[in-house]
Amino acid sequence: MNALEAVLLTIITASTPLLLAAVGELVTERSGVLNLGVEGMMIMGAVTGFAAAYTTGSAVAGVAAAVATGVAMALLFAFLTQTLAANQMATGLALTLFGIGLSGLIGQPFTGLPGVKLGAVHIPWLSDLPLIGPVLFGRDLLVYGSVALTAFVAWVFARTRPGLVIRAVGSNHHSAHALGYDVAAVRYGCIAFGGACAGLAGGYLSLVYTPQWIENMSAGRGWIALALVVFATWTPSRVAVGAYLFGAVWIMGLYAQGVGVNIPSQFLASLPYLVTIAALLAISGNRILTKVNTPACIGQTFVPDR
Amino acid sequence: MHKFIVLAAALALTLVTTGAFGADPLKVGFIYVGPIGDHGWSYQHDQGRLAVDKALGKQVKTLYIEKVTEGPDTERAITRLARQGASLIFTTSFGFMDPTIKVAKRFPKVMFEHATGYKRAKNVATYSSRFYEGRYVIGQIAAKLSKSGVAGYIASFPIPEVVRGINAFMLGAQSINPDFKVKTVWVSSWFDPGKEADAAKVLIGQGADIITQHTDSTAPMQIAGEKGAKAFGQASDMIKFGPKTQLTAIIDDWRPYYVQRTKAVLDGSWKSTDTWGGMDTGMVGMAPYTNMPADVAAMAQATEDKIRSGKMHAFDGPIYKQDGSLAVPKGKRLDDGTLLGMNWYVKGIDDKLPK
Repeated sequence: MNALEAVLLTIITASTPLLLAAVGELVTERSGVLNLGVEGMMIMGAVTGFAAAYTTGSAVAGVAAAVATGVAMALLFAFLTQTLAANQMATGLALTLFGIGLSGLIGQPFTGLPGVKLGAVHIPWLSDLPLIGPVLFGRDLLVYGSVALTAFVAWVFARTRPGLVIRAVGSNHHSAHALGYDVAAVRYGCIAFGGACAGLAGGYLSLVYTPQWIENMSAGRGWIALALVVFATWTPSRVAVGAYLFGAVWIMGLYAQGVGVNIPSQFLASLPYLVTIAALLAISGNRILTKVNTPACIGQTFVPDR
Repeated sequence: MHKFIVLAAALALTLVTTGAFGADPLKVGFIYVGPIGDHGWSYQHDQGRLAVDKALGKQVKTLYIEKVTEGPDTERAITRLARQGASLIFTTSFGFMDPTIKVAKRFPKVMFEHATGYKRAKNVATYSSRFYEGRYVIGQIAAKLSKSGVAGYIASFPIPEVVRGINAFMLGAQSINPDFKVKTVWVSSWFDPGKEADAAKVLIGQGADIITQHTDSTAPMQIAGEKGAKAFGQASDMIKFGPKTQLTAIIDDWRPYYVQRTKAVLDGSWKSTDTWGGMDTGMVGMAPYTNMPADVAAMAQATEDKIRSGKMHAFDGPIYKQDGSLAVPKGKRLDDGTLLGMNWYVKGIDDKLPK
């Protein structure tokens, strides 16, 4: 394996969890809900994914468990914020704290055990091509899943009626309600989707990225995903650009250090954040489009009049 | 969340004990930078706490807060333990130094012990361990075993403790192979399994076939195993994370020190001291030498024994700085003061020290 290939592969694994979590949160936020619990859902997905894979010996079972856990956490959030109309910010933060604490508790017996790794696919001929073979055609299914998911979400918002309904609910919940849409039901669905994605991102960490359970292993990636959504102005393609740019700059920083490039490492460590923000601000420069894309009702509690 | 549960439990216990018993046990508090389940740095400190519990039984009551970030949170966490009545508080990360000194001023009757720092006060003692002794040994092993002649070093922050480790590793390696190369990657974190794994992958991609780390997670060990490289465990024995990968590990053993210092508070002999223990005091230990030929293991053992007995020192002269100037002449040893404030690389390291 040459150095370029190693770098490209590492960029892909570093970017995928960010992309997964960010796309999920994008859908949630497009429906007008701000869920700050991404980190908590992610770390819970990581621990249950690991636990299920370890117990059954099947990485696929781990992925399923991670998704299911993400959904369960998200539904808890949905119940509190949609049915009981609790404050979204506070509930989201609580979900993160809860997730980090509970995952530590659940993970106790699984610390230090060898994990089950979700294997890479192998496509005859294509995977054997030099360089592009292993990089493009020899990844694990979740990498392809994350890209397909992003394309799917982009298509739903651009071309389909459900996409329009979600945007309507996020832009003006009173109007959407007046038109006869069930605001709470739409939001329940979007929150659950966001949870599934965050759980999957967590599963990626404990099944592919570093196949083991380590307490606190998400290490703030949920928060980076949250920031990506905002800086990408709620646009799926930009979220993908942001996630990959972040991963690429981060890995290139490590690479440059290994080669011995004369740049302070602290600067290299902060570079992914700076470059990603700058790039996304540049491509999101159109203020009218930004205004159109911003869910106007984000973070607001909606209680229908009876 | 964890810490809240611990605190709530501690608070409840405080109420129970003060109400029910006459003689209160001595409360000893611990602040950890990582989760105790990191199987590295914080895990080893917690082993020390458990040893205090075991050795002194009902005379003490230990409390701890884990995952405390270095910064404003630190002061709050230390203050909390002090308010809960802890008479002795161990703050176990370099970044806790200033907050420890600050809180110590407000609680003059509470005794503090700060790990790896250099600021002391009447009620603040410091302690550290000469991990660099172990790093010299693993440097020798790396140079013996590496086929590419390149080792990857995953570093956290450019503080003297870490720089000293890199230098000791390099000096050990150079004693075997004068042309040995060390590639250093700074990940700007003590604990981020993903980042550490990324760094390991990049380093192996660049030709390193031995990985060593000054970060706390077990991820680099695992990546090294996957890619067919070898690695050294950090802070605690990580053999179960790489049964075929770990060559040895530098183990921090805080147990005797924690028990001894707690006893000193109990019998009133506690004083603000500065302890820097090495292999000779048992504070630094080496995990069994595995996955290497017997002659390499024997060489490592011999070096370990020489360092322990004081016949040898990782920083025996002659030592040249990166720029070629002489730091220590032949026949002399680098003094502890210079070691504690080390902010320069030895000759042969390509990396530029981040300032």
